Amino acid sequence: METERELNLEATELRLGLPGTSDESAKNTTHRSNKRALPEQPVSANMATTSKNCDQETAPHTKAQVVGWPPIRSYRKNSLQPKKSEAEMSGIYVKVSMDGAPYLRKIDLKVFKGYPELIKALEDMFKFKAGEYSEREGYNGSEFVPTYEDKDGDWMLVGDVPWEMFTGCCKKLRIMKGSDARGLGCVV
Amino acid sequence: MFWGSRKTINMNYFPDEVLEHVFDFIRSHKDRNSVSLVCKSWYKIEKYSRQKVFLGNCYSIGPERLIARFPGLKSLTLKGKPHFADFNLVPDDWGGFLYPWIKAMAKSRIGLEELKLKRMVVSDKSLELLSKSFPNFKSLVLVSCEGFTTDGLAAIASNCRFLKELDLQENEVEDHRGHWLSCFPESCTSLASLNFACLKGEINLASLERLVARSPNLKSLRLNRAVPFDTLQRLLIRAPQLVDLGTGSYVHDPSSEAYNKFKAAIQSCKSIRSLSGFLEVAPCCMSAIYPICENLTFLNLSYAAGLQSNELTKLIQHCKRLQRLWILDCIGDKGLGVVASTCNELQELRVFPSDPFDAGNAAVTEEGLVLVSEGCPKLNSLLYFCQQMTNAALITVAKNCTNFIRFRLCILNPIKPDPVTNQPLDEGFGAIVRSCKGLKRLSLSGLLTDQVFYYIGMYAKKLEMLSVAFAGESDKGMLYVLNGCKKLRKLEIRDCPFGDAALLEGMGKYETMRSLWMSTCEVTLGACKMLAKKMPNLNVEIINETEQTDSNLDDSQKVDKMYLYRTLVGHREDAPEFVWLL
Repeated sequence: METERELNLEATELRLGLPGTSDESAKNTTHRSNKRALPEQPVSANMATTSKNCDQETAPHTKAQVVGWPPIRSYRKNSLQPKKSEAEMSGIYVKVSMDGAPYLRKIDLKVFKGYPELIKALEDMFKFKAGEYSEREGYNGSEFVPTYEDKDGDWMLVGDVPWEMFTGCCKKLRIMKGSDARGLGCVV
Repeated sequence: MFWGSRKTINMNYFPDEVLEHVFDFIRSHKDRNSVSLVCKSWYKIEKYSRQKVFLGNCYSIGPERLIARFPGLKSLTLKGKPHFADFNLVPDDWGGFLYPWIKAMAKSRIGLEELKLKRMVVSDKSLELLSKSFPNFKSLVLVSCEGFTTDGLAAIASNCRFLKELDLQENEVEDHRGHWLSCFPESCTSLASLNFACLKGEINLASLERLVARSPNLKSLRLNRAVPFDTLQRLLIRAPQLVDLGTGSYVHDPSSEAYNKFKAAIQSCKSIRSLSGFLEVAPCCMSAIYPICENLTFLNLSYAAGLQSNELTKLIQHCKRLQRLWILDCIGDKGLGVVASTCNELQELRVFPSDPFDAGNAAVTEEGLVLVSEGCPKLNSLLYFCQQMTNAALITVAKNCTNFIRFRLCILNPIKPDPVTNQPLDEGFGAIVRSCKGLKRLSLSGLLTDQVFYYIGMYAKKLEMLSVAFAGESDKGMLYVLNGCKKLRKLEIRDCPFGDAALLEGMGKYETMRSLWMSTCEVTLGACKMLAKKMPNLNVEIINETEQTDSNLDDSQKVDKMYLYRTLVGHREDAPEFVWLL
């Protein structure tokens, strides 16, 4: 897993990470099985020892599962479940680049419920502050501006369109430096 | 006519054959049981003429005694594991093995023709023995069983020369990639019903087509996911007489030739009354089945996860004669409104959760149920998984639908109160039991106090099966039910504060019931031991999944899972280590 690789890298001090990148933020973005353990293993509300449960801790929703609830036959549960994991595994992964960074990252847009979460995750990942978003002025008070390439190939400011529409048409993310972003309404 | 005790008629002057002929008209198990109690000669005649036997608990009697009691046995129904085994509450290997039954019946040369099993462990060995021991075997129905592979099915196909029915419902079958379907000999033309929807593996499509082509009596055909759309279309052409169809994969390009052929083929299937399957579904293809919708009485879309609410409602609007509908909750409350306005003949509704573990997202609430109750006054059977329920809604439903026989409500958060009033749902369920005098089966959920049990004990006089989870406050709750529900046969309880006092005070009741399940309650080992000692006709079993042995546990310790049932044959001999027979 990526975390392990990073741990090893850290141990050998071959850090290729971006300035300020730590294991923490990397873990948040690489473990994407964001739903709780599937009920093949009945998980009692008190158990928290398996690795699947570690994912629970970082996931947006942590629901303790009660064994045998809701009362649905295993056969039916198993029939519906595969559909679910397929849907989850096919997350919306987009590349994220930042001006000045040596390499790109990838994030799964499906994990986020809206823009605030996305921006926060980007800020954590790349150690910058996006400033405050307003429809009129874009991102105010920041050196960096989050932008994205849409289906038509145009570079757009993140935050203008409804979230659902955004996740549907976003192909790539780019954290632009203030000076480049001047035309997008950023006030530096 | 014959029941009178008029002294002028002496039943002993009637030859046995006449009585036997009369008894032939008596089909219900209960009535036949009553008949056999009248006198010795009636007992004898009924005994030898009985062909159908139903055993709700396979451990209530042993195979040898059954055979001795009914030597003319032709049709047997057996149920094995307790109901809560469906929800992973019973460990594997608990029991319910078919093999001893087959072995005993084969040895005694029983002329078995039909076998229906539920929650039993069925080995390939038992299927093979079955297929070779009963030359007139005609019908095998397996529901929620496990332990067999497609090799066992191959044996059935190969050896049962007069097989009419092979019906596999929701079983866990290991697929060995053998061509079991090809094992039906060319001479086999008797199939009337074939359901292999639960099989996960590939099957030989050419063999399937040939089999269907040579089965003129085929009325019911349910395919698995591996049967593609074009095969479905070819099968329909060969079997336009079908009454019950389960599609396999229902994914195809609506502009393709196969799709057009399908549309034509389905139009000639004028007899289809029951439709299910859609295990994989492309929403755009659903319009092809609109032509047959007006004849449908049963529609099962509960596995069609790919269909959204608008597609579902468009389809349902064509189904005016529907009597039974099984659907996923993505239909939503509005969609249920469409059901209510279209399906006025509806008797049974089952709404399953499409996302069982995300209680916040269940798409149906009390509103959908109320709408259905307003539009479908004939509703008598309900299974409803929902986000929330209110007392007001249940009271309205009770007023609109007084015919409920089965009422099973599952609120995904099991202790959720009425969200409007923040009260428990006692009054709502109380209204249901008061209004539906014929209620036989009830499953409760939501926040519930002892009061709901007071109502159940008071009003649910015909109740036979009650399922309770996370409900009640004290032993009084359980006692209301045990004392009030005279017809109670099965009681299953989990995670309720009922303890020894209730368990022991209800002692006299258990012999009149089939079984009692209590898990994660307040019952102690000591009380279970006492019960077992005082009631020799009950088997009291403790399922203990920890490492502890008998000697370590003291009587005051709470028992995690207890299952007791009446029996004529004492302790079973096939219990695994983790089951303690007290």
